[in-house]
Amino acid sequence: MIFSEQWLREWVSPNLETQELVDELTMAGLEVDGSSPVAREFQGIVVGLVEAVEPHPDADKLSLCSVSDGTESFQVVCGAPNVRAGLKVPFAKLNAKIIESTDAKPFKIKKAKIRGVESNGMLCSSEELGLEEKSDGLLELPEQAEVGMDVRDYLQLDDMSIELDLTPNRGDCLGMIGLAREVGVIGRQDVKPLEFTPATESIADKIEIKITAKDACPRYLGRVIRNINLNSESPLWMQEKLRRCGLRSIDPVVDVTNFVLMELGQPMHAFDLAKLEGHIDVRLATKGEKLELLDGKEVELTPGTLLITDAKKPVAMAGIMGGMATSVSDQTQDVFLECAFFAPLDIAGKARAYGMHTDASHRYERGVDYQLQQTAMERATQLLLDICGGEAGPITSAVGNLPEPVEVALKYGSIKNLLGIEMEQAEVKDILGRLGFDLASDDGETLMVSVPSFRFDVTIEADLIEELARIYGYNKLPQTGGLGNQSLASKPESHIELSQIRQQLVALGYQEVVTYSFIEPSLADTLFPDQPGVALQNPISADMAVMRSSILPGLISTLKYNENRQQDRIRIFESGLVFKQKGNDIEQTPMLAGLISGNKMPVNWSNNKEISDFFDVKGDIEALLSMGLESDRYNFAPTNYACFHSGQCASLSKDGEIIGHIGALHPALQRKLGITANCYLFELELSPLQLRKLPAASALSRFPEVSRDLAILIDSDYSSGEILSNVRDNAGEYLTELRIFDVYQGDGVEKGKKSVALGLTWQHPSRTLSEDDVNKIISNCVNGLQDKFNANLRN
Amino acid sequence: MADPNSLLAEALQAIEGSSDEKSLESLRVHYLGKKGTLTALLKSLGQLPPEERPEAGERINIAKQQVQQAIETRKTSLVEESLSAQLSSEAIDVTLPGRRQSQGGLHPITITIDRITSIFETSGYDVAEGPEIEDDYHNFEALNIPSHHPARAMHDTFYVSPGTVLRTHTSPVQVRVMEGGEPPFRMICPGRVYRCDSDLTHTPMFHQVEGLLIDEGVSFADLKGTVIDFLHAYFEQDMPVRFRPSYFPFTEPSAEVDMGCVSCAGKGCRICGHTGWLEVMGCGMVHPRVLDMSNIDSTKFNGFAFGMGVERLAMLRYGVGDLRTYFENDLRFLQQFN
Repeated sequence: MIFSEQWLREWVSPNLETQELVDELTMAGLEVDGSSPVAREFQGIVVGLVEAVEPHPDADKLSLCSVSDGTESFQVVCGAPNVRAGLKVPFAKLNAKIIESTDAKPFKIKKAKIRGVESNGMLCSSEELGLEEKSDGLLELPEQAEVGMDVRDYLQLDDMSIELDLTPNRGDCLGMIGLAREVGVIGRQDVKPLEFTPATESIADKIEIKITAKDACPRYLGRVIRNINLNSESPLWMQEKLRRCGLRSIDPVVDVTNFVLMELGQPMHAFDLAKLEGHIDVRLATKGEKLELLDGKEVELTPGTLLITDAKKPVAMAGIMGGMATSVSDQTQDVFLECAFFAPLDIAGKARAYGMHTDASHRYERGVDYQLQQTAMERATQLLLDICGGEAGPITSAVGNLPEPVEVALKYGSIKNLLGIEMEQAEVKDILGRLGFDLASDDGETLMVSVPSFRFDVTIEADLIEELARIYGYNKLPQTGGLGNQSLASKPESHIELSQIRQQLVALGYQEVVTYSFIEPSLADTLFPDQPGVALQNPISADMAVMRSSILPGLISTLKYNENRQQDRIRIFESGLVFKQKGNDIEQTPMLAGLISGNKMPVNWSNNKEISDFFDVKGDIEALLSMGLESDRYNFAPTNYACFHSGQCASLSKDGEIIGHIGALHPALQRKLGITANCYLFELELSPLQLRKLPAASALSRFPEVSRDLAILIDSDYSSGEILSNVRDNAGEYLTELRIFDVYQGDGVEKGKKSVALGLTWQHPSRTLSEDDVNKIISNCVNGLQDKFNANLRN
Repeated sequence: MADPNSLLAEALQAIEGSSDEKSLESLRVHYLGKKGTLTALLKSLGQLPPEERPEAGERINIAKQQVQQAIETRKTSLVEESLSAQLSSEAIDVTLPGRRQSQGGLHPITITIDRITSIFETSGYDVAEGPEIEDDYHNFEALNIPSHHPARAMHDTFYVSPGTVLRTHTSPVQVRVMEGGEPPFRMICPGRVYRCDSDLTHTPMFHQVEGLLIDEGVSFADLKGTVIDFLHAYFEQDMPVRFRPSYFPFTEPSAEVDMGCVSCAGKGCRICGHTGWLEVMGCGMVHPRVLDMSNIDSTKFNGFAFGMGVERLAMLRYGVGDLRTYFENDLRFLQQFN
């Protein structure tokens, strides 16, 4: 909310400069977002009286004016359409300084010839004074303005508009009365009470009020006012106050309700009495009801929306906006003024549900003082009658279920416990008293206070202590170490931290990326057609509309983004949750995914331009698996999966359970996505990778190792995995190492076959293995390969 | 009998002229081997009259020694020559760069979270994580934000279905930990959070680290100490820190934390909007209702909570100018952190 500093100071004016006031407000929890002067820094502009106006001899749109500054008369050429004799306007005399826009330098008014006629000064619009962004015509000053007086003084322009960013619990500060109360506490000064003489009732007209929705509308006041003159204009002081609070002057009725809104924080509404039919009923909407609002939009009302209705129809969306049909127009003579308290819970969220936010809804959903309505109605009546004349009827009111008064107990000891300071009991009572709390009883240990009707945010002891703390000053409170009761923490060694896995990948040359968890639905569909993603109901944009079921789409987009920026060697990874709909549940699984593309190694002077392939990414994964010291629990098997190349894809399983996939991106998708280079992907569940076996050391054998190589010819369909597992089964318990060191197809090898060379190593714990021992094992292995695969030793 | 002296002269000349170890060896065999010419001379001594033998024998032996000596000398110099030839032929340009895998690296968000985490871990805080698609209860209700609470407007929430949201903060993780355990608690919860907002200073996904301490007899003073110590430790600077009253439904009292601008040392600059202060955290004493809802006896236990934006801390620490660069993943940007 925006307010005028001067207006605040009419209520309470502590001895603080503007900046100090701003700082104090912020440090008391009413954060100031900014402040700006209410007018630009012009000088030498006085109240001028236009004594006579004649047409300019050489220009149709210009006038020759004689303007008095109270002592002398000056000839001034003026182009404004509303210039006329008798008008009082801001008159910039010779040598006055005007600043034309916020950042412009001041310019000096000089004697000038305009179309051949001498002009000694300038008559000003509110735009030229910086009061408004845009205005047409001169700023018309009131008749009673004293000619010759400096306009700055006359309009009291040495004032600031201060913008507050209030937290939602402080609805009570959305009016000058509440703000003044806060400033009164800050400066420990009494606040001037609101003083005015209520208008007298002169007619008996009234409308019956009925409240059907008694919880949603605890109080509703109405008043008929007849014969107002809507052609009258709001006084300049009121227009100025509103302007400095960020509100434009519209007409006297709107201006008065807005003024009361700003002064007391009480939203009000005026209906055209002639358009109301019968009594007022405050009730909830029923299905199918419609209402055309003041802004011209017709809304279909949802049941549960609180309405003001007359005997025939809805006339306003309570606490949010009035209806068009019953609105005040320039034909209006009689009005019905509404001043109500609607329950915060019944307004909250309603405006938003209709996509609306109004000054009224903003206040009602935060809570308006439920004891304020009578005062506000009297104040509005008095102001309206002062401006527009008219006769006021009696105030009629109806009451629903008003909030229960709240009492809170404050133990003085709790202050020390929660804040770490002792506070004088007198100071406690002074602060709470100034904040509007009634001190009900005090036995020296416990203070009972009743919470004022404008504070909806104070219900427990901690709320009162916060009030004390913020007024006392958070920064004066002590600070201590505060680590609580410490004990040594245990770190399970069987758990591999994600950070260690990340470091391993970094050491393997991978760059970590962080991509959005929501992705483009069509990309998700293209890559993982069988995994419907979890869609958002209100995505921020169409390309961020589903939650990822895999990290890979994000990595592939990242690849494309970087390929488009001439990065042709890419090794990236990401970890995070993926989301899959499983029946009524959403499964959220931590995954680790990576992508490589381009050269195996960065290009260097020795001309190593080998391109990465499947086995590079597989080797990197094997490095991750080895961290768990149980590589033999994992198994890679050929498979065909989602977006992967059907001939270059493996599933990775741990103890027979599939935990992820690795492989090349399917070439058709690669083409479709416009990716230049081949890329290799992996995505694995994170939790199985984070388990580590505790190392269990055994004594080393003192006896020599024996090694043999074995070259076989075998049908090329059999995988290396199958061959190795067969050999391992037949190679006896003393086998310490088994590896494939060559795979060959081509010249010298029959078509459909491949040559595979195996290296085997044995070691016995307690003796040297004999030639015989080894020959027996080798022949077992060869027989095994022959039986299972029809493989032969290669000559 | 041949003259040992002329044989010696011939041998010395041949040795001097030999060009490698191999020809030198054959010269050794030729003169000194079992069938060598000097060896043969020695064997033919018997043909001389006995009185001449000692003198002739001595001359032959001297010649043999001289040949042996010459071979050794020549050998040493040949080894030196070949070593020096090897050294010069094997010389490389040591200023060429080494061969290696490229340098990988962590994302600045991860670097920042790791740094925050390690500071709290040394003080006995645990790290907890939780789901990112949350139910309404854990994201709002259990944190004292009932539906229709105006504070919900401060969270632009993504909905998956009515009652299911993308978490708007990491506080629901704290609720889950409290529900499943017994106080005291001391933990931080890092992670992704989501709000339906996107402009120069907001991305629809960002990261938070929230902290929670629940114990007996915790006061606002403990909160202040912890937050100030953390900021000083994180930025490695003892800049001023101030607490401003604020409002969060789940804490009471609540505060926003400002620290003296690390860029201009509080003098006022573009980064701090010429105020000298940077808003870096929200915090407060946990609302008793939040404890009660998680079945913690609020008459016995209390505590504090705090939360910070990871992107913001990383921006201030590393000078990242534009929030959106974090999620574009331009490798040239990311590699600046390696």
